Amino acid sequence: MLRITGGKVYAPANGIDGVVKDLFIDDSGRFAASAEGCRTIDAAGMIVFPGGVDVHTHVAGGAINFARAMTPEDHRRTQAFMRTKTRRSGLGGMAPTTFATGYLYAGMGFTTLNEAAVPVLSARHTHEELADIPIVDKSSLTLMANNEIMLDQLQKGEYERAKQVVAWYLWAAKSYGIKAVNPGGVAAWKYGKDAKQLTTPVEGYGNLTPGTIVTQLAQICDDLGLPHPMHLHCNNLGAPGNITTTLDTLQHLEGRRAHIAHSQYHAYGGDGWDTMCSETAQLAEYFNTHPGITTDAGAVVFGDTVTITADGPWQHLLYKLTGRKWGNLDVENETGCGIVPYTYRPSNLVNAVQWAAGLELLLLIKSPWQVFLSTDHPNGGCFWRYPEIIELLMRADVRKEQLQRLPDKIKGRITLPEIDREYTLLEIATAMSAGPARALGLTQKGNLSVGSDADLVLYHEDDNIAQMFSHPRYVIKGGEIVLEDGEIREAPQGREFLVRPAYDPGTDEFIRPLFEDCYTMSFENYPVEIERIEHPVVRDCHKVQ
Amino acid sequence: MPITFYLKRDPTVPLEAEVLSPDVMAGLSNAEIRALTVYHGKRQLPLGEFFDVEGQRSPDLVLHGALHKVRWIGRSMSQGSITVHGSVGMHLGAYMSGGRIEVHGNASDWIGAEMRNGFIHIRGNAGGQVGAAYRGSLRGMKNGTIIVEGSAGLEVGMRMRRGTIVIRGPAKDFTGLQMKGGTIILMSGAEIRTGAWMNRGTIISLKPLQMMPTFAHATDMNPIFVHLLANYVRQFGVHMPAGAEGTYRYYSGDLSVSDKGEILVWQPTL
Repeated sequence: MLRITGGKVYAPANGIDGVVKDLFIDDSGRFAASAEGCRTIDAAGMIVFPGGVDVHTHVAGGAINFARAMTPEDHRRTQAFMRTKTRRSGLGGMAPTTFATGYLYAGMGFTTLNEAAVPVLSARHTHEELADIPIVDKSSLTLMANNEIMLDQLQKGEYERAKQVVAWYLWAAKSYGIKAVNPGGVAAWKYGKDAKQLTTPVEGYGNLTPGTIVTQLAQICDDLGLPHPMHLHCNNLGAPGNITTTLDTLQHLEGRRAHIAHSQYHAYGGDGWDTMCSETAQLAEYFNTHPGITTDAGAVVFGDTVTITADGPWQHLLYKLTGRKWGNLDVENETGCGIVPYTYRPSNLVNAVQWAAGLELLLLIKSPWQVFLSTDHPNGGCFWRYPEIIELLMRADVRKEQLQRLPDKIKGRITLPEIDREYTLLEIATAMSAGPARALGLTQKGNLSVGSDADLVLYHEDDNIAQMFSHPRYVIKGGEIVLEDGEIREAPQGREFLVRPAYDPGTDEFIRPLFEDCYTMSFENYPVEIERIEHPVVRDCHKVQ
Repeated sequence: MPITFYLKRDPTVPLEAEVLSPDVMAGLSNAEIRALTVYHGKRQLPLGEFFDVEGQRSPDLVLHGALHKVRWIGRSMSQGSITVHGSVGMHLGAYMSGGRIEVHGNASDWIGAEMRNGFIHIRGNAGGQVGAAYRGSLRGMKNGTIIVEGSAGLEVGMRMRRGTIVIRGPAKDFTGLQMKGGTIILMSGAEIRTGAWMNRGTIISLKPLQMMPTFAHATDMNPIFVHLLANYVRQFGVHMPAGAEGTYRYYSGDLSVSDKGEILVWQPTL
């Protein structure tokens, strides 16, 4: 039991905006209406947020592990975590090791993560790594939009069958929801093609178009009653002029739920790298007029990072553009995977546009319940740099200062200089916690209601915003004080959220011959057993009305 | 008065001693220097466990002993000098940005790796990866000068970006691997695959080299810059022939990658 008194509480989901209020936590690690005779934290002079929730990050599994192996140059220069009584050893940097990932996230007040891209083939590996990320609670999304068995069903017009297959895959991967990456494009890449237009048929799949794939997958998510809608990485990522593809996608999705991932990478105008500009105003306008749809920024911060995505064709292009290292993983029939280290430079016009576009989306989309803090870690930058972005959102003068670093040619390509909006603390709490928790359908996260998980972060109020958000005074996870005075005190094992959508029991026997036809592993070894998940929390699904 | 170190206990496993740098010690008292932490394998021990230390508060360090297991001497130094009487271990002067290191003995691998500036003079032999980029890095040494009086190992100047390396003795395979700039002078030639994947920079050999098939003979010439380079390296006792004594055979490559570096091979007049 724990009592927190005197802190200024910001809890958007509970409508609490900077009110000094006592909070109580019971023995099961949930918020309670009262608590007597227990430890009390005097939070006077502090601000209290619900623990952060990252809606889109890449922290476990084959791809990030490959990225770690590919970047030894970063390991030499980065922060090392020495083993202590409460901590295992590890490395920070561009692609932190598993244990360090937990310490770094908890170290800035984040207590829930959503690993946004898991092929079923490497789900087992991913869960092993998620189990090694301490403190935080986790969920993971299964890559589906280029899965050949599923695409074959959509091509044949067998919607019901496709739905059964998707549900089977979700339970096989012990996953929380569906991720769609460059729908059709990664499958087409196996024929040396990509899919940039929603209405052009996907190479190798007859009349099936990316537009059909996204709409039907979104419908499947709704029909299966998944708590999180389809999590979509749109077609044509990163390319100048891709705003038309993005808007076209959104129009296709109308009437269905969707979360658009890292929309910064999908909001460009121009027709080449020389003329590339930000078209975030158009995209933001769409979100502002469609309050049912959510997104995360995928903001860019300047510096070194490593990009990893299931979008194999894009990574091949990025490798050709940069001449840096390139890693490509074969994920058989399910998806692709590419890894390229990258440096975002303020002097580079394209990077400068990307940096501005991420902030513009966060500032131009009016409701923080719709746009969430993310860098698409590690693609736009590392998650431990979120406090820098928070500062840029809260301080227009810091943005003005940073804009000075950009090349003169940036004029007319971005709208950031004209935006005066500054986030309030309540809006930050929404974009980093309450909003993503709601979008993920994690009702026990991101709020301080009695019965919800007691995940909290307490900051000493400070004018230096980046400093304040990167060094919380206390972090409380499930009622336990995990961080105090910048030191990890406890590193408890978090839980993993997954869904069990209902599917026809005959689906096993339907998939078996298709599977045995083309996969390199045996069918029996493929699904991840529930015993493999540490502290699973299984959600039943109910049809979305 | 320099600070003088005498090795009194041989490390049984590599001793990581990046504290042996003028930047760390210039302002410290004798007792503070002896208390600095070194890593004997995974164990943290005070420097005084391994060295007798004389002197204090000086930017000049003098080390005595068989230090071939002592690594990272002069790491990231930016000023002052280190003189070693004896051998040194790996990563000598890695990341250094200024100052001088003089070794009267042999050195190991990775000397001057990713250095930004400064001067390293090895009187004996060096190991591999002189002035190189660490595994995974894009660039090796960015400036500065490394002189090796003896032989050198594999991958001398691998991915170096700028600066000068002189190897008086023979060098092994892959000298100038993926070189991106700078100059390597080979007084006694090198073994095979010299300049593989280089896309800028200059390798000058005073002895015949076995050229890779991806280097094309362009011309025979006496480039002006060789005179300037000869003037520069003369101060280190290095004589580069030029003028009437012969010509340099100019090879362009590596043709298997984009951009072109150059290899100049001295052809004395018979």
